[in-house]
Amino acid sequence: MRAATRAVQRPPDARLLVVSAGGALRHVARAALAEALRPGDLLVANDAATIPASLAGVHVPTLAPIEIRLAGRRSLAAADVREWVALVFGEGDHRMRTEDRPPPPPLRPGDTLRLGPLRARVIRLLGHQRLVSIRFAGSPEVIWEGIARHGRPIQYAHVAEPLAMWDVWTRLAALPAAFEPPSAGFVVDWGMLARLSARGVGFATLTHAAGISSTGDPALDARLPLDEPYLIPAATARAVAKTKASGGRVVALGTTVTRALEGAALRDGTVRVGAGLATGRIGRGTRLRVVDAIVTGAHEPTDSHYELLRAFAGDVVLARATAELERRGYRTHEFGDSLLLERFQVPRMK
Amino acid sequence: MTHPSLTGLRVALSGGTSGLGLALVRALAARGASVAFFARSTDRVAAVARDNPGTHGIASDVSKKDDTHRLAMRILAALSGLDVLVNNASSLGPVPLAPLADTACEDLEVALATNLVGPFRLTKALLGALGAAAREGRPALVINVTSDAAVTAYPLWGAYGVSKAALSHLSRIWDEELAAHGIRVLAVDPGDMDTPLHALAVPDADRATLKRPEEAAREIVALIEEEAVRARGDTSRPATA
Repeated sequence: MRAATRAVQRPPDARLLVVSAGGALRHVARAALAEALRPGDLLVANDAATIPASLAGVHVPTLAPIEIRLAGRRSLAAADVREWVALVFGEGDHRMRTEDRPPPPPLRPGDTLRLGPLRARVIRLLGHQRLVSIRFAGSPEVIWEGIARHGRPIQYAHVAEPLAMWDVWTRLAALPAAFEPPSAGFVVDWGMLARLSARGVGFATLTHAAGISSTGDPALDARLPLDEPYLIPAATARAVAKTKASGGRVVALGTTVTRALEGAALRDGTVRVGAGLATGRIGRGTRLRVVDAIVTGAHEPTDSHYELLRAFAGDVVLARATAELERRGYRTHEFGDSLLLERFQVPRMK
Repeated sequence: MTHPSLTGLRVALSGGTSGLGLALVRALAARGASVAFFARSTDRVAAVARDNPGTHGIASDVSKKDDTHRLAMRILAALSGLDVLVNNASSLGPVPLAPLADTACEDLEVALATNLVGPFRLTKALLGALGAAAREGRPALVINVTSDAAVTAYPLWGAYGVSKAALSHLSRIWDEELAAHGIRVLAVDPGDMDTPLHALAVPDADRATLKRPEEAAREIVALIEEEAVRARGDTSRPATA
Protein backbone atom coordinates (compact mmCIF):
# COMPACT_ATOMS: atom_id res chain seq x y z
CA MET A 1 0.00 0.00 0.00
CA ARG A 2 1.08 3.58 -0.48
CA ALA A 3 0.31 6.74 1.40
CA ALA A 4 -2.32 9.13 0.04
CA THR A 5 -0.29 12.29 -0.42
CA ARG A 6 -2.94 14.83 -1.42
CA ALA A 7 -5.26 16.50 1.05
CA VAL A 8 -8.51 15.59 -0.70
CA GLN A 9 -11.19 14.36 1.69
CA ARG A 10 -13.38 12.65 -0.89
CA PRO A 11 -11.33 11.70 -3.96
CA PRO A 12 -13.78 10.64 -6.71
CA ASP A 13 -11.93 7.33 -7.05
CA ALA A 14 -11.85 6.50 -3.31
CA ARG A 15 -12.54 2.84 -2.65
CA LEU A 16 -14.08 0.80 0.13
CA LEU A 17 -13.20 -2.82 0.81
CA VAL A 18 -16.16 -4.52 2.46
CA VAL A 19 -15.12 -7.43 4.67
CA SER A 20 -18.05 -9.53 5.86
CA ALA A 21 -18.13 -11.34 9.18
CA GLY A 22 -17.46 -14.56 7.28
CA GLY A 23 -14.41 -13.06 5.58
CA ALA A 24 -15.95 -12.47 2.14
CA LEU A 25 -14.39 -9.50 0.34
CA ARG A 26 -15.88 -7.06 -2.14
CA HIS A 27 -14.85 -3.68 -3.52
CA VAL A 28 -17.23 -0.75 -3.86
CA ALA A 29 -16.88 2.95 -4.53
CA ARG A 30 -16.53 4.64 -1.14
CA ALA A 31 -19.09 7.26 -2.13
CA ALA A 32 -21.57 4.34 -2.16
CA LEU A 33 -21.10 3.63 1.56
CA ALA A 34 -24.82 4.19 2.14
CA GLU A 35 -25.63 1.37 -0.26
CA ALA A 36 -23.08 -0.92 1.44
CA LEU A 37 -25.04 -0.59 4.70
CA ARG A 38 -28.43 -2.18 5.43
CA PRO A 39 -31.73 -0.49 6.18
CA GLY A 40 -32.04 -0.46 9.96
CA ASP A 41 -28.29 0.03 10.51
CA LEU A 42 -27.08 3.05 12.46
CA LEU A 43 -23.95 4.88 11.29
CA VAL A 44 -22.28 6.77 14.14
CA ALA A 45 -19.70 9.48 13.36
CA ASN A 46 -17.33 11.64 15.39
CA ASP A 47 -18.29 15.31 14.97
CA ALA A 48 -15.20 16.73 16.68
CA ALA A 49 -13.75 19.74 14.86
CA THR A 50 -9.98 19.64 14.58
CA ILE A 51 -8.00 22.09 16.66
CA PRO A 52 -4.91 23.58 14.93
CA ALA A 53 -2.82 21.80 17.55
CA SER A 54 0.68 22.35 16.19
CA LEU A 55 2.25 25.41 17.83
CA ALA A 56 5.70 26.56 16.80
CA GLY A 57 7.69 28.50 19.37
CA VAL A 58 10.65 28.78 21.66
CA HIS A 59 11.81 27.04 24.84
CA VAL A 60 12.63 30.20 26.75
CA PRO A 61 15.38 28.86 29.10
CA THR A 62 17.51 27.76 26.13
CA LEU A 63 15.94 29.87 23.35
CA ALA A 64 15.82 26.67 21.32
CA PRO A 65 13.10 26.46 18.65
CA ILE A 66 10.44 23.86 19.41
CA GLU A 67 7.16 22.57 18.05
CA ILE A 68 4.42 21.68 20.51
CA ARG A 69 1.68 19.29 19.45
CA LEU A 70 -1.28 19.42 21.77
CA ALA A 71 -2.20 15.80 22.39
CA GLY A 72 -4.51 15.40 25.35
CA ARG A 73 -6.95 17.13 27.64
CA ARG A 74 -8.99 16.08 30.66
CA SER A 75 -12.40 17.04 29.37
CA LEU A 76 -14.16 18.55 26.38
CA ALA A 77 -15.48 21.50 28.36
CA ALA A 78 -14.66 24.58 26.28
CA ALA A 79 -13.42 26.43 29.37
CA ASP A 80 -11.08 23.56 30.29
CA VAL A 81 -8.22 24.70 28.06
CA ARG A 82 -5.47 25.67 30.46
CA GLU A 83 -3.84 22.27 30.90
CA TRP A 84 -2.88 19.92 28.10
CA VAL A 85 -0.74 16.90 27.48
CA ALA A 86 1.68 17.90 24.74
CA LEU A 87 4.25 16.30 22.52
CA VAL A 88 7.40 18.41 22.05
CA PHE A 89 9.80 18.31 19.11
CA GLY A 90 13.04 20.18 18.54
CA GLU A 91 13.70 22.29 15.47
CA GLY A 92 11.98 21.44 12.20
CA ASP A 93 8.50 21.11 10.79
CA HIS A 94 6.14 18.63 9.20
CA ARG A 95 8.25 18.26 6.07
CA MET A 96 10.74 16.24 8.11
CA ARG A 97 9.58 12.69 8.94
CA THR A 98 8.45 12.49 12.55
CA GLU A 99 10.97 9.71 13.20
CA ASP A 100 13.77 12.04 12.10
CA ARG A 101 12.78 15.03 14.22
CA PRO A 102 15.36 16.00 16.83
CA PRO A 103 14.25 15.86 20.45
CA PRO A 104 13.48 19.11 22.26
CA PRO A 105 16.03 20.61 24.63
CA PRO A 106 15.85 18.96 28.07
CA LEU A 107 12.56 20.14 29.61
CA ARG A 108 11.99 20.78 33.29
CA PRO A 109 8.90 21.57 35.33
CA GLY A 110 8.48 25.34 35.44
CA ASP A 111 10.16 26.01 32.08
CA THR A 112 8.47 28.78 30.10
CA LEU A 113 7.45 28.20 26.50
CA ARG A 114 6.68 31.05 24.09
CA LEU A 115 4.31 29.89 21.38
CA GLY A 116 3.43 32.83 19.14
CA PRO A 117 1.01 34.96 21.20
CA LEU A 118 0.67 32.20 23.81
CA ARG A 119 2.69 31.63 26.97
CA ALA A 120 2.85 28.27 28.69
CA ARG A 121 4.76 26.51 31.43
CA VAL A 122 5.85 22.92 31.66
CA ILE A 123 4.09 21.34 34.63
CA ARG A 124 5.27 17.75 34.54
CA LEU A 125 7.34 15.38 32.46
CA LEU A 126 5.33 12.34 31.51
CA GLY A 127 7.94 9.61 31.45
CA HIS A 128 9.48 10.59 28.12
CA GLN A 129 11.60 13.55 26.98
CA ARG A 130 8.99 14.42 24.34
CA LEU A 131 5.85 14.15 26.45
CA VAL A 132 4.87 16.77 29.03
CA SER A 133 1.89 18.43 30.56
CA ILE A 134 1.74 22.19 30.08
CA ARG A 135 -0.37 25.05 31.38
CA PHE A 136 -1.24 28.12 29.30
CA ALA A 137 -1.42 31.57 30.85
CA GLY A 138 -4.60 33.61 30.39
CA SER A 139 -8.35 33.17 30.24
CA PRO A 140 -10.00 30.49 28.08
CA GLU A 141 -10.88 33.20 25.53
CA VAL A 142 -7.28 34.36 25.31
CA ILE A 143 -6.07 30.76 24.95
CA TRP A 144 -8.58 29.91 22.21
CA GLU A 145 -7.70 33.14 20.42
CA GLY A 146 -3.99 32.29 20.59
CA ILE A 147 -4.54 28.78 19.28
CA ALA A 148 -6.81 30.08 16.50
CA ARG A 149 -4.30 32.73 15.43
CA HIS A 150 -1.09 30.78 15.77
CA GLY A 151 -1.91 27.08 15.51
CA ARG A 152 -1.59 24.94 12.42
CA PRO A 153 -3.13 21.54 11.80
CA ILE A 154 -0.83 18.71 12.90
CA GLN A 155 0.73 17.34 9.75
CA TYR A 156 3.02 14.52 8.64
CA ALA A 157 5.62 14.35 5.87
CA HIS A 158 3.53 12.15 3.55
CA VAL A 159 1.39 15.20 2.69
CA ALA A 160 3.73 17.84 1.27
CA GLU A 161 1.40 20.84 0.90
CA PRO A 162 0.72 22.73 4.12
CA LEU A 163 -2.70 21.74 5.45
CA ALA A 164 -5.37 24.40 5.83
CA MET A 165 -8.11 24.19 8.43
CA TRP A 166 -10.68 23.28 5.77
CA ASP A 167 -8.52 20.30 4.79
CA VAL A 168 -8.92 18.80 8.26
CA TRP A 169 -12.46 19.76 9.28
CA THR A 170 -15.00 17.15 8.29
CA ARG A 171 -18.41 18.16 6.99
CA LEU A 172 -19.69 17.22 10.46
CA ALA A 173 -17.21 19.31 12.48
CA ALA A 174 -18.86 20.82 15.55
CA LEU A 175 -17.16 21.17 18.95
CA PRO A 176 -13.40 21.84 18.59
CA ALA A 177 -11.97 18.78 20.32
CA ALA A 178 -9.83 16.67 17.99
CA PHE A 179 -6.03 16.94 17.80
CA GLU A 180 -5.94 15.22 14.44
CA PRO A 181 -8.95 14.91 12.16
CA PRO A 182 -11.35 12.04 12.85
CA SER A 183 -10.53 11.13 9.27
CA ALA A 184 -12.95 8.24 8.81
CA GLY A 185 -15.55 11.02 8.79
CA PHE A 186 -14.06 12.51 5.61
CA VAL A 187 -16.26 10.04 3.71
CA VAL A 188 -19.45 11.85 4.78
CA ASP A 189 -20.91 14.80 2.94
CA TRP A 190 -24.44 16.20 2.96
CA GLY A 191 -25.37 14.26 -0.14
CA MET A 192 -24.41 11.04 1.63
CA LEU A 193 -26.49 12.00 4.69
CA ALA A 194 -29.51 12.30 2.39
CA ARG A 195 -28.77 8.90 0.79
CA LEU A 196 -28.39 7.24 4.20
CA SER A 197 -31.75 8.61 5.21
CA ALA A 198 -33.38 7.53 1.93
CA ARG A 199 -32.05 3.99 2.43
CA GLY A 200 -33.37 3.81 5.99
CA VAL A 201 -29.93 3.89 7.59
CA GLY A 202 -29.87 5.93 10.78
CA PHE A 203 -27.20 8.53 11.45
CA ALA A 204 -25.93 9.83 14.78
CA THR A 205 -22.89 11.63 16.13
CA LEU A 206 -20.77 11.81 19.24
CA THR A 207 -17.78 13.98 20.05
CA HIS A 208 -14.44 12.33 20.78
CA ALA A 209 -11.05 14.02 21.16
CA ALA A 210 -9.27 12.10 18.40
CA GLY A 211 -5.62 12.09 19.40
CA ILE A 212 -2.29 12.09 17.64
CA SER A 213 -1.55 9.07 15.49
CA SER A 214 2.23 9.03 15.63
CA THR A 215 5.00 10.45 17.81
CA GLY A 216 8.03 9.34 15.83
CA ASP A 217 9.25 7.29 18.78
CA PRO A 218 8.41 3.58 19.16
CA ALA A 219 8.35 3.73 22.96
CA LEU A 220 5.88 6.63 22.91
CA ASP A 221 3.83 5.17 20.05
CA ALA A 222 3.33 2.10 22.24
CA ARG A 223 1.50 4.39 24.71
CA LEU A 224 -1.02 5.54 22.09
CA PRO A 225 -3.84 6.22 22.11
CA LEU A 226 -3.65 8.46 25.16
CA ASP A 227 -6.75 8.86 27.32
CA GLU A 228 -9.36 10.68 25.24
CA PRO A 229 -12.46 12.49 26.56
CA TYR A 230 -15.74 12.05 24.73
CA LEU A 231 -19.33 13.22 24.90
CA ILE A 232 -22.36 11.15 23.91
CA PRO A 233 -25.60 13.08 23.24
CA ALA A 234 -28.87 11.67 24.57
CA ALA A 235 -30.22 11.43 21.03
CA THR A 236 -27.29 9.21 20.03
CA ALA A 237 -27.75 6.90 23.02
CA ARG A 238 -31.44 6.63 22.12
CA ALA A 239 -30.59 5.82 18.51
CA VAL A 240 -28.15 3.08 19.62
CA ALA A 241 -30.77 1.55 21.93
CA LYS A 242 -33.43 1.66 19.23
CA THR A 243 -31.10 0.06 16.68
CA LYS A 244 -30.10 -2.72 19.06
CA ALA A 245 -33.72 -3.39 20.00
CA SER A 246 -34.78 -3.71 16.39
CA GLY A 247 -31.89 -5.96 15.37
CA GLY A 248 -29.95 -3.39 13.30
CA ARG A 249 -26.21 -2.99 13.38
CA VAL A 250 -24.30 -0.15 14.98
CA VAL A 251 -21.60 0.88 12.50
CA ALA A 252 -18.79 3.02 13.92
CA LEU A 253 -17.29 5.54 11.51
CA GLY A 254 -13.71 5.32 12.72
CA THR A 255 -11.65 4.04 15.61
CA THR A 256 -12.49 7.04 17.82
CA VAL A 257 -16.21 6.31 17.58
CA THR A 258 -15.49 2.70 18.50
CA ARG A 259 -13.48 3.81 21.53
CA ALA A 260 -16.21 6.17 22.72
CA LEU A 261 -19.12 3.75 22.20
CA GLU A 262 -17.30 0.85 23.85
CA GLY A 263 -16.07 3.13 26.64
CA ALA A 264 -19.67 4.13 27.36
CA ALA A 265 -21.08 0.63 26.83
CA LEU A 266 -23.55 -0.82 29.28
CA ARG A 267 -24.09 -4.55 29.73
CA ASP A 268 -27.13 -4.63 27.46
CA GLY A 269 -25.31 -3.10 24.49
CA THR A 270 -26.67 0.39 24.96
CA VAL A 271 -24.50 3.37 25.90
CA ARG A 272 -24.35 5.85 28.77
CA VAL A 273 -25.23 9.45 27.94
CA GLY A 274 -22.81 12.26 28.67
CA ALA A 275 -19.12 12.86 29.21
CA GLY A 276 -16.59 10.08 29.63
CA LEU A 277 -12.90 9.31 29.27
CA ALA A 278 -11.77 6.53 26.95
CA THR A 279 -8.83 4.74 28.52
CA GLY A 280 -6.95 1.60 27.64
CA ARG A 281 -6.75 -0.07 24.27
CA ILE A 282 -9.18 -2.05 22.23
CA GLY A 283 -7.61 -5.02 20.52
CA ARG A 284 -7.39 -8.76 20.31
CA GLY A 285 -9.54 -10.27 23.03
CA THR A 286 -11.62 -7.13 23.66
CA ARG A 287 -15.28 -8.07 23.80
CA LEU A 288 -17.20 -5.46 21.82
CA ARG A 289 -20.56 -4.71 23.40
CA VAL A 290 -21.96 -2.05 21.07
CA VAL A 291 -20.16 -1.77 17.76
CA ASP A 292 -21.07 -4.35 15.10
CA ALA A 293 -18.96 -3.00 12.24
CA ILE A 294 -16.36 -0.33 11.65
CA VAL A 295 -15.56 1.92 8.70
CA THR A 296 -11.92 2.94 8.94
CA GLY A 297 -8.96 3.97 6.84
CA ALA A 298 -6.79 1.33 5.23
CA HIS A 299 -3.89 0.70 7.59
CA GLU A 300 -0.60 -1.14 7.44
CA PRO A 301 -0.46 -4.02 9.95
CA THR A 302 2.35 -2.16 11.74
CA ASP A 303 0.12 0.88 12.35
CA SER A 304 -1.18 1.43 15.89
CA HIS A 305 -4.78 1.66 14.58
CA TYR A 306 -4.51 -1.85 13.21
CA GLU A 307 -4.52 -3.44 16.66
CA LEU A 308 -8.10 -2.22 17.18
CA LEU A 309 -9.24 -4.15 14.13
CA ARG A 310 -8.28 -7.39 15.91
CA ALA A 311 -11.29 -6.89 18.15
CA PHE A 312 -13.46 -7.21 15.02
CA ALA A 313 -11.82 -10.03 13.09
CA GLY A 314 -9.38 -12.86 13.49
CA ASP A 315 -5.89 -12.93 12.05
CA VAL A 316 -6.85 -15.04 9.04
CA VAL A 317 -9.56 -12.61 7.88
CA LEU A 318 -7.40 -9.56 8.58
CA ALA A 319 -4.47 -11.07 6.68
CA ARG A 320 -6.73 -11.79 3.69
CA ALA A 321 -8.09 -8.25 3.81
CA THR A 322 -4.61 -6.76 4.05
CA ALA A 323 -3.38 -8.85 1.13
CA GLU A 324 -6.36 -7.65 -0.92
CA LEU A 325 -5.71 -4.00 -0.03
CA GLU A 326 -2.09 -4.53 -1.05
CA ARG A 327 -2.97 -6.26 -4.31
CA ARG A 328 -5.43 -3.56 -5.35
CA GLY A 329 -3.12 -0.70 -4.38
CA TYR A 330 -5.35 0.88 -1.72
CA ARG A 331 -4.00 4.13 -0.35
CA THR A 332 -3.28 4.47 3.36
CA HIS A 333 -3.33 7.30 5.89
CA GLU A 334 -5.94 9.95 6.59
CA PHE A 335 -6.72 10.88 2.99
CA GLY A 336 -6.60 7.29 1.76
CA ASP A 337 -9.09 4.54 0.96
CA SER A 338 -11.30 2.76 3.48
CA LEU A 339 -12.37 -0.55 4.88
CA LEU A 340 -15.79 -1.66 6.17
CA LEU A 341 -15.17 -4.51 8.59
CA GLU A 342 -17.99 -6.50 10.17
CA ARG A 343 -17.42 -8.00 13.57
CA PHE A 344 -17.16 -11.77 13.58
CA GLN A 345 -20.29 -13.35 15.04
CA VAL A 346 -20.11 -14.66 18.54
CA PRO A 347 -22.34 -17.76 18.64
CA ARG A 348 -25.38 -16.98 20.76
CA MET A 349 -26.22 -19.14 23.74
CA LYS A 350 -29.75 -20.44 23.53
CA MET B 1 -48.00 38.05 25.02
CA THR B 2 -45.11 36.71 27.06
CA HIS B 3 -42.15 35.39 25.12
CA PRO B 4 -40.41 32.20 26.13
CA SER B 5 -36.95 32.75 27.43
CA LEU B 6 -33.90 32.16 25.21
CA THR B 7 -31.83 30.84 28.12
CA GLY B 8 -29.33 28.30 26.86
CA LEU B 9 -29.80 29.18 23.19
CA ARG B 10 -26.42 29.60 21.48
CA VAL B 11 -26.40 32.45 18.95
CA ALA B 12 -23.56 33.77 16.79
CA LEU B 13 -23.86 36.91 14.71
CA SER B 14 -21.71 38.93 12.37
CA GLY B 15 -21.50 42.63 12.95
CA GLY B 16 -22.62 43.43 16.44
CA THR B 17 -20.77 46.66 17.03
CA SER B 18 -23.30 48.99 15.39
CA GLY B 19 -26.79 49.23 13.92
CA LEU B 20 -28.94 46.12 13.83
CA GLY B 21 -26.10 43.86 15.01
CA LEU B 22 -25.53 45.84 18.18
CA ALA B 23 -29.28 45.96 18.87
CA LEU B 24 -29.39 42.18 18.39
CA VAL B 25 -26.49 41.56 20.78
CA ARG B 26 -28.33 43.56 23.44
CA ALA B 27 -31.76 42.02 22.79
CA LEU B 28 -30.48 38.44 22.68
CA ALA B 29 -28.33 38.83 25.79
CA ALA B 30 -31.27 40.43 27.62
CA ARG B 31 -33.37 37.35 26.85
CA GLY B 32 -30.73 35.02 28.26
CA ALA B 33 -29.15 33.70 25.05
CA SER B 34 -25.44 32.88 24.92
CA VAL B 35 -24.11 35.31 22.32
CA ALA B 36 -20.91 35.40 20.28
CA PHE B 37 -20.52 38.32 17.87
CA PHE B 38 -17.73 39.09 15.46
CA ALA B 39 -16.71 42.23 13.62
CA ARG B 40 -13.59 43.73 12.12
CA SER B 41 -12.66 46.41 14.64
CA THR B 42 -10.80 44.94 17.63
CA ASP B 43 -11.45 48.03 19.75
CA ARG B 44 -15.17 48.21 19.06
CA VAL B 45 -15.61 44.46 19.59
CA ALA B 46 -13.89 44.76 22.96
CA ALA B 47 -16.04 47.78 23.92
CA VAL B 48 -19.33 46.04 23.08
CA ALA B 49 -18.25 42.85 24.91
CA ARG B 50 -17.40 44.99 27.94
CA ASP B 51 -20.78 46.76 27.85
CA ASN B 52 -22.65 43.45 27.51
CA PRO B 53 -21.21 41.11 30.13
CA GLY B 54 -21.43 37.44 29.27
CA THR B 55 -21.25 38.00 25.51
CA HIS B 56 -18.21 36.86 23.52
CA GLY B 57 -16.68 39.38 21.12
CA ILE B 58 -14.37 38.12 18.38
CA ALA B 59 -12.36 40.37 16.06
CA SER B 60 -12.53 38.80 12.61
CA ASP B 61 -13.25 39.70 9.01
CA VAL B 62 -15.93 37.46 7.55
CA SER B 63 -14.85 38.30 3.99
CA LYS B 64 -11.44 36.63 4.46
CA LYS B 65 -11.37 32.98 3.45
CA ASP B 66 -8.36 32.05 5.58
CA ASP B 67 -10.09 33.27 8.73
CA THR B 68 -13.28 31.25 8.25
CA HIS B 69 -12.48 28.09 10.19
CA ARG B 70 -10.45 29.91 12.83
CA LEU B 71 -13.48 32.12 13.45
CA ALA B 72 -15.78 29.10 13.40
CA MET B 73 -13.58 27.38 15.97
CA ARG B 74 -13.68 30.37 18.30
CA ILE B 75 -17.46 30.63 18.00
CA LEU B 76 -17.91 26.93 18.74
CA ALA B 77 -15.47 27.08 21.66
CA ALA B 78 -17.11 30.18 23.12
CA LEU B 79 -20.64 28.75 22.91
CA SER B 80 -19.86 25.00 23.17
CA GLY B 81 -21.71 24.49 19.89
CA LEU B 82 -24.27 26.54 17.97
CA ASP B 83 -28.03 26.79 17.49
CA VAL B 84 -28.48 30.05 15.57
CA LEU B 85 -26.24 31.93 13.14
CA VAL B 86 -27.22 35.44 12.06
CA ASN B 87 -25.32 36.71 9.02
CA ASN B 88 -25.92 40.39 9.61
CA ALA B 89 -22.75 42.28 8.62
CA SER B 90 -23.08 44.02 5.26
CA SER B 91 -21.00 46.02 2.86
CA LEU B 92 -22.67 48.75 0.87
CA GLY B 93 -20.35 48.51 -2.12
CA PRO B 94 -19.18 51.86 -3.49
CA VAL B 95 -19.60 54.87 -1.19
CA PRO B 96 -21.13 57.20 -2.19
CA LEU B 97 -23.55 54.93 -4.05
CA ALA B 98 -22.87 54.77 -7.76
CA PRO B 99 -24.62 53.62 -10.93
CA LEU B 100 -23.63 50.08 -11.82
CA ALA B 101 -21.88 51.35 -14.93
CA ASP B 102 -19.64 53.47 -12.69
CA THR B 103 -19.10 50.76 -10.06
CA ALA B 104 -15.54 49.51 -9.92
CA CYS B 105 -15.26 45.75 -10.33
CA GLU B 106 -13.36 45.72 -7.05
CA ASP B 107 -16.27 47.41 -5.24
CA LEU B 108 -18.68 44.79 -6.60
CA GLU B 109 -16.28 42.06 -5.44
CA VAL B 110 -16.08 43.55 -1.95
CA ALA B 111 -19.89 43.63 -1.69
CA LEU B 112 -20.12 40.02 -2.89
CA ALA B 113 -17.30 38.90 -0.55
CA THR B 114 -18.91 40.43 2.52
CA ASN B 115 -22.60 39.92 1.75
CA LEU B 116 -22.60 36.60 -0.10
CA VAL B 117 -19.39 34.57 -0.16
CA GLY B 118 -18.41 35.30 3.45
CA PRO B 119 -21.78 34.20 4.87
CA PHE B 120 -21.72 31.16 2.53
CA ARG B 121 -18.31 30.06 3.79
CA LEU B 122 -19.01 30.65 7.46
CA THR B 123 -22.39 28.93 7.29
CA LYS B 124 -20.73 25.96 5.60
CA ALA B 125 -18.06 25.77 8.29
CA LEU B 126 -20.74 25.86 11.00
CA LEU B 127 -23.23 23.48 9.36
CA GLY B 128 -21.73 20.49 11.16
CA ALA B 129 -22.49 22.12 14.49
CA LEU B 130 -25.99 23.14 13.37
CA GLY B 131 -26.65 19.58 12.20
CA ALA B 132 -25.53 18.29 15.60
CA ALA B 133 -27.91 20.75 17.29
CA ALA B 134 -30.79 19.53 15.10
CA ARG B 135 -30.06 15.87 15.89
CA GLU B 136 -30.23 16.73 19.57
CA GLY B 137 -33.69 18.22 19.08
CA ARG B 138 -32.48 21.82 19.42
CA PRO B 139 -33.35 24.65 17.06
CA ALA B 140 -30.88 24.91 14.18
CA LEU B 141 -31.35 28.14 12.30
CA VAL B 142 -29.48 30.45 9.96
CA ILE B 143 -30.85 33.97 9.49
CA ASN B 144 -29.46 35.94 6.58
CA VAL B 145 -30.21 39.65 6.81
CA THR B 146 -31.25 40.95 3.41
CA SER B 147 -32.97 44.04 2.11
CA ASP B 148 -35.80 45.15 -0.13
CA ALA B 149 -32.96 46.14 -2.48
CA ALA B 150 -32.69 42.38 -3.10
CA VAL B 151 -36.15 42.47 -4.69
CA THR B 152 -36.65 45.97 -6.09
CA ALA B 153 -34.23 47.32 -8.70
CA TYR B 154 -33.29 50.60 -6.99
CA PRO B 155 -30.97 52.68 -9.15
CA LEU B 156 -27.57 53.29 -7.48
CA TRP B 157 -27.96 50.26 -5.15
CA GLY B 158 -26.47 47.85 -7.72
CA ALA B 159 -23.56 46.18 -5.90
CA TYR B 160 -25.51 45.92 -2.65
CA GLY B 161 -28.78 44.85 -4.31
CA VAL B 162 -27.12 42.18 -6.43
CA SER B 163 -25.29 40.70 -3.44
CA LYS B 164 -28.42 40.70 -1.27
CA ALA B 165 -30.52 39.18 -4.07
CA ALA B 166 -27.98 36.38 -4.31
CA LEU B 167 -27.98 35.95 -0.52
CA SER B 168 -31.79 35.70 -0.52
CA HIS B 169 -31.77 33.05 -3.21
CA LEU B 170 -28.97 31.17 -1.47
CA SER B 171 -31.14 31.14 1.65
CA ARG B 172 -34.13 29.70 -0.21
CA ILE B 173 -32.15 26.93 -1.88
CA TRP B 174 -30.31 26.04 1.31
CA ASP B 175 -33.55 25.98 3.27
CA GLU B 176 -34.97 23.45 0.79
CA GLU B 177 -31.84 21.30 0.93
CA LEU B 178 -31.38 21.34 4.69
CA ALA B 179 -35.01 20.99 5.78
CA ALA B 180 -34.65 17.20 5.89
CA HIS B 181 -31.69 17.61 8.23
CA GLY B 182 -33.66 19.79 10.63
CA ILE B 183 -31.87 23.03 9.73
CA ARG B 184 -33.72 26.16 8.60
CA VAL B 185 -32.19 28.97 6.55
CA LEU B 186 -34.25 32.16 6.41
CA ALA B 187 -33.71 35.47 4.67
CA VAL B 188 -35.05 38.40 6.68
CA ASP B 189 -35.53 41.95 5.43
CA PRO B 190 -35.43 44.22 8.48
CA GLY B 191 -36.64 47.29 6.57
CA ASP B 192 -34.99 50.72 6.19
CA MET B 193 -33.33 51.38 9.53
CA ASP B 194 -31.60 54.32 11.12
CA THR B 195 -28.12 52.79 11.07
CA PRO B 196 -24.57 53.85 10.14
CA LEU B 197 -24.95 51.82 6.92
CA HIS B 198 -28.05 53.73 5.91
CA ALA B 199 -26.39 57.04 6.76
CA LEU B 200 -23.52 56.11 4.45
CA ALA B 201 -25.95 55.29 1.64
CA VAL B 202 -28.39 58.17 2.10
CA PRO B 203 -26.62 60.89 4.10
CA ASP B 204 -29.54 63.35 3.88
CA ALA B 205 -32.33 60.91 4.81
CA ASP B 206 -35.00 62.09 7.24
CA ARG B 207 -34.04 59.87 10.16
CA ALA B 208 -37.47 60.26 11.74
CA THR B 209 -38.96 58.20 8.90
CA LEU B 210 -36.53 55.32 9.44
CA LYS B 211 -37.14 52.25 11.59
CA ARG B 212 -35.23 51.97 14.85
CA PRO B 213 -32.74 49.06 14.74
CA GLU B 214 -34.05 48.01 18.18
CA GLU B 215 -37.46 47.42 16.65
CA ALA B 216 -35.99 45.27 13.86
CA ALA B 217 -33.94 43.38 16.47
CA ARG B 218 -37.12 42.65 18.45
CA GLU B 219 -38.73 41.22 15.32
CA ILE B 220 -35.75 38.96 14.64
CA VAL B 221 -35.63 37.82 18.27
CA ALA B 222 -39.34 36.98 18.03
CA LEU B 223 -38.63 34.94 14.90
CA ILE B 224 -35.84 33.06 16.72
CA GLU B 225 -38.17 32.38 19.63
CA GLU B 226 -40.81 31.06 17.26
CA GLU B 227 -38.31 28.68 15.66
CA ALA B 228 -37.04 27.57 19.07
CA VAL B 229 -40.58 26.69 20.15
CA ARG B 230 -41.21 24.89 16.87
CA ALA B 231 -38.00 22.84 17.24
CA ARG B 232 -38.85 21.80 20.78
CA GLY B 233 -42.39 20.86 19.90
CA ASP B 234 -41.78 19.24 16.54
CA THR B 235 -41.30 15.53 17.15
CA SER B 236 -41.46 14.67 13.46
CA ARG B 237 -37.94 15.97 12.88
CA PRO B 238 -35.62 13.44 11.31
CA ALA B 239 -33.24 13.99 14.24
CA THR B 240 -31.31 10.81 14.78
CA ALA B 241 -32.31 7.40 13.55
